[in-house]
Formats: sequence, structure tokens, C-alpha cells
Amino acid sequence: MAEAQAKPRTLPYVAAITDGVREVLKEFDNAFVAGEDVAGAGSVYGYYNGLLKEFGPDRIYDTPISEEGIVGLGVGASATGCRPIIDLMFMDFMGECMDEIANQLAKMRYMFGGSAKLPVTMLTMAGAGASLAAQHSQSLEAWICHLPGLKVVMPTTPYDAKGLIIAAARDDNPVIVVLNKMSLAMQGEVPEGSYSIPLGKANIVRPGSNLTIVALGRMVHEALKAAEALEEFGLDAEVIDPRTLQPFDTATVVESVKKTHRALIVHEAVRFGGFGGEIAAQIQEEAFDYLDAPVGRVGAPFSPVPFSPALEKHYVPNAARIVAETRRLLGL
Amino acid sequence: MTSQITDNVLRDMHHRMVRIRIFEESAGKLMEDGKIPGALHLYVGQEAVAAGVMVHLSNDDWITSTHRGHGHLIAKGGEFDRMFAELFGRATGYCKGKGGSMHISNMDLGMLGANGIVGGGPPIAVGAAFSSKFRRTTNVACTFFGDGASNEGAFHEAANMASLYKLPCIFVCENNGYGEYTSQANHQAIVDVADRAAGYGMPGVIVDGMDAVAVYEAAGEAIARARAGDGPTLLECKTYRFYDHVGVRGMGLSYRTDEEVAYWKKRDPIKLFEARLAEQGILSAEQAAAVHEEVTRQVREGIAFAESSPLPDPSALLEDVYA
Repeated sequence: MAEAQAKPRTLPYVAAITDGVREVLKEFDNAFVAGEDVAGAGSVYGYYNGLLKEFGPDRIYDTPISEEGIVGLGVGASATGCRPIIDLMFMDFMGECMDEIANQLAKMRYMFGGSAKLPVTMLTMAGAGASLAAQHSQSLEAWICHLPGLKVVMPTTPYDAKGLIIAAARDDNPVIVVLNKMSLAMQGEVPEGSYSIPLGKANIVRPGSNLTIVALGRMVHEALKAAEALEEFGLDAEVIDPRTLQPFDTATVVESVKKTHRALIVHEAVRFGGFGGEIAAQIQEEAFDYLDAPVGRVGAPFSPVPFSPALEKHYVPNAARIVAETRRLLGL
Repeated sequence: MTSQITDNVLRDMHHRMVRIRIFEESAGKLMEDGKIPGALHLYVGQEAVAAGVMVHLSNDDWITSTHRGHGHLIAKGGEFDRMFAELFGRATGYCKGKGGSMHISNMDLGMLGANGIVGGGPPIAVGAAFSSKFRRTTNVACTFFGDGASNEGAFHEAANMASLYKLPCIFVCENNGYGEYTSQANHQAIVDVADRAAGYGMPGVIVDGMDAVAVYEAAGEAIARARAGDGPTLLECKTYRFYDHVGVRGMGLSYRTDEEVAYWKKRDPIKLFEARLAEQGILSAEQAAAVHEEVTRQVREGIAFAESSPLPDPSALLEDVYA
């Protein structure tokens, strides 16, 4: 499909999601949306607002609160000729449907010797910072990046949200789109019409020369703030947004580290066992001789997400912690 | 109702049942002789269910199966050569040796896979039924599961959604009295799984799962209802597995009595059916024997095909993970 002419305009992240889903429903007659509160309510985040009116009840379906049933619906419908957009209201709810995600959705194609195609797009919401406590705030991307057969993307801007949703829907594999609830109001340029962002390709959001910061999801914005603050220590940080975690664009990260000789990885998820460990391992495997310092990692501490704002603000990583960890790492 | 079944359909069901029986007897022996790797869950004893349901379906109708899935695939039209090749882990198998017994499948036949997860199938069948309705076809999806799976949340979520959306989905419960090694009395407080249909606003029908004609009639009604857009049915077939949870001899666990097994073997669905067909002059004992003989020959050929087939090349390991 021809890409539309880009015409600049500003939209919040939440409306960019709507715009992406709208383009998918227009592009594919066999696409539909199914999930909890997605039709009548337009989702608890409001990102399907207006789509029921625009596309009708044959394209947008409210489901019971049955996450395993919802993902199973996506598996069965995609294997038999549909291109479903499945909504999982909070990423934390993966616990309710992990069998359908891990044992069915991810593996069906392989188990069937390649005879099945599962073009499912699953939108889900991660992120702490809204005092939603331990069961509505997690960043669990490491769970799904560990499952061969799935693709995983994390849009960090309105532009990326729309483009990655369209790319996910066009892909013939199951793609999980991990959104961030604290980014919903973030404004950014979003072209009208359809465009897609290639899966598996990282985005260098700030070029730099002597430190590489790889940041996931909303942490990209904290990393950019940290990069400015680090200038006074003589650091010129390159900030990389992987955009896609699975498949991961190791080459772009390794190229950067070969140039900067230092690397720091930042994510909102719990640091221990987080996806940052995988990135650090890839860097040391492929660029060990180029490193002037250990690869650093910033993530959440090893605890559930706390409720009280007084505790939560110490839980979620931010620019100050990125700066502090960088200084500790490099002895500045 | 019985009078509506043509002789050809009766012979067809008999043929499907014999194909399942002889395939499974052979596969079980091959596993216990160490020629087939992994674990096989044999369908022997339950043949009337697969045959009685599947004879109503075309390749455009979908099914989901269970860990005990060979019988469903055979009844749906699975070929012995590619099935044995899969069980032997050969490149020529239906899944190129990547699925094996517990994931054997064939999309062209509308078979969405055996499933190693108890209760994994019903939500997928609901998706296939949703797809049939969304694409405005009259195809149905049948999901096979056991009494054990009826205790999984997945079954309940699927049943509720199928009924809510009035989907062309038939929930076929093969109640063989055991969830693995635990008797129904020890795993649920009800006798009839069909009772659970009421909770989802769909008909719950109980049928003798050792009687192919009874299954045929009840399944026919449920499938016609689904095709007409009137929604799902829970069809409980009371049946029994003659062999162990895994394999023929199994692990030698004592969890059911010899008397119980003997009782059910007297109700062997194939023997019952053959007696009936002979009595009605539809298939003589000689003709039935000829069917067994022909199927036995086809099984031998299937095994020979599998044994002479190439193993998957190591380079295939990373193929088919992604489209």
C-alpha cells in the first residue's frame, strides 16, 4: 500500500493509537478489535473513542472480562483468516492469559511445521507512576521477549505509536505492542494517513560520541533529559530507542558502543532479570574489546510496584537516577 | 432419526472408527517398542465420538483437539503416512517433525492441532467460530475436550463467549471418567458435565459415546443449530479409554479396577457398531473383516513410509518460528 503524504500535525499519544488502529481497520477488511470495554467505552484509556461509530459493531467487540478467552479468540480467528487487534487492558493481566500467549499464540506456527499464520496485534498497557499499585503498573516485557514466535514493540512517542501499530498489523506474526500509560497525554507530530515503522530497527534519537544509553519505552524521554545533564561532565550521550525488542536490533547498539566505548541500559522494569541484562550480554559478546567501563543498568528495584506516591517516586527510574548511575559507573 | 442415516454414512463412520483403532494399536506398540519417541495418548475406546461428529464436517469446518488427538485427525481425514511420519519425527510429517503426537495438525483439513495443554483448545475454537461468523460463512468449529478440561478456566471463558456471541461452536466433551489418573468423582462434584451448559445459556446434551449412531444424531443436531446461527451446544459423550493415560500398558498405576475396564470393553464401540450393522444387513461380518484387513495394510504402508522418510535436517530447527 502506498504511504500517504506526510502532513505535519500534533496529536497526543492516546489519539495516535486511535489513528493507528483506524488505519488498520481501513486497510484490512478482515481486521477487528476485541477486548474489555473497547467498544461502548472506547477503552478505559479512551484510545478507541469514536471507532465504534466509525466502523460499526461488526468491527469492534466488547468482550467479557476473560483474558484467556480474548487471546484465544485472537489465536483462533487469526489462524482461520482474520487479522485481529486484541486488547489486553493492563499488561499485568498477562497472568490470566499466559497459556494462550506462551503456549498457543507464540508456538502454534512452529508446532504446526509452518502451516499456520497468526497475524495478531495485541495492544497492552505497561508502566508505573499513576499510583495504580502492584497489579496495574508493571513492565513485563521480559516475559514475552523470552518466547520465540512473538514480536514485541514499545512505542515511545505518538509518531511511533501509530507507525508501530500499523507495522504490527501488517506483519504476519503475533506482535505485542507495549504501550505506556504515563505517555498517553504526550504530544508529538503524527502525520495523517498510513505509514509504518519497520519492525526490528532501532531509532537513534540523539546522536552522541562517548556514551551509549539504550532506553526502553518511556525511559527514552528520561534518558534524553539525562543526556543534557551529563553534558556538564563532558559526556556526549547517544540515546538509542530500540523501538522493537523482539527481534532486537543488536547491530545498531553494537555499532554505537564501538564508537562511544561506554554503555548504559535503562528500563522501567525490575532490573534483576530484566531485558536490560540481555542487551548488556549482547554488547559484551560483540563489543567487549571496545568497552572502557562495565555496561551499566538502571531499572526498578527488586520489589513490587508500591502504591503510595511517596514510595512510587523512588521506584520508577528517572533522569536523575540515570545521571547518578552514569557518574558512579564512570567515576565522574 | 436413525432411518435418516444412509447406509453409506454408516459404513463411512465404521471405516473412520476402524482406521482410528488400528492406527492407535500400532502406534502404541511402536512407542512401547521404543520406535516412536516421546509420549502417546491413545484414543482407543473413544472412536465413536470422533467418527460420529466428524462425518458431519467438511475441510472448511474447524476442530481443536486434545493431547489424545490422533483419532480426531484421522476422523477429519488425516493420512496415515504423514501421521506416522510425524510421530516418528520425520521431515515428511504433517508438522515436519516439529509437533509430534501432542501437536499433530493439518490446516488444510481444518484441524487446528492436538494440544498439550488441557483446556488449551476451547478458546481457539471460539476464535475459529468467531472467524466463520465474521467472514459470513456457515462453517462451524468443534472443540473436543475431556471431563478434566471442563475444570479449566479456559473452558468456562470460551463457553461464555461462544454463547454470548452466538457462535457456531460445538463443545464436545469426551467424558472418559478420568482426568489423567484421577477419577471424575475425585475431580468434580457433578456427574454430568452437560450440566455446565446451563450456566452459559446453551443446550447441554448427554449421549452414549460408545454408540456411533447416537453421537451422529446428537452432533448432527448441534452442528445444524450452529450452522443456522443459533449458537453453541455442549455435547457430552460418555465414553472410556481402554488404555492408560499414556501408552498401552502405561505406568502400571492402579487407579481403576480390572472390573471397570472389563465392563467398558464389553461396550467396545466398534464391536457394538459392527453387530448392529450386520444385523441391519448393512455390513456383513466378512465385509467388516475386509475393512480391518485393508486398513491394517494401509497402516503397514504408513509405517513403512515413515520409517523410510528422512529425518529433519538440523537447519530446519530455526525455520517456521516466524512467518
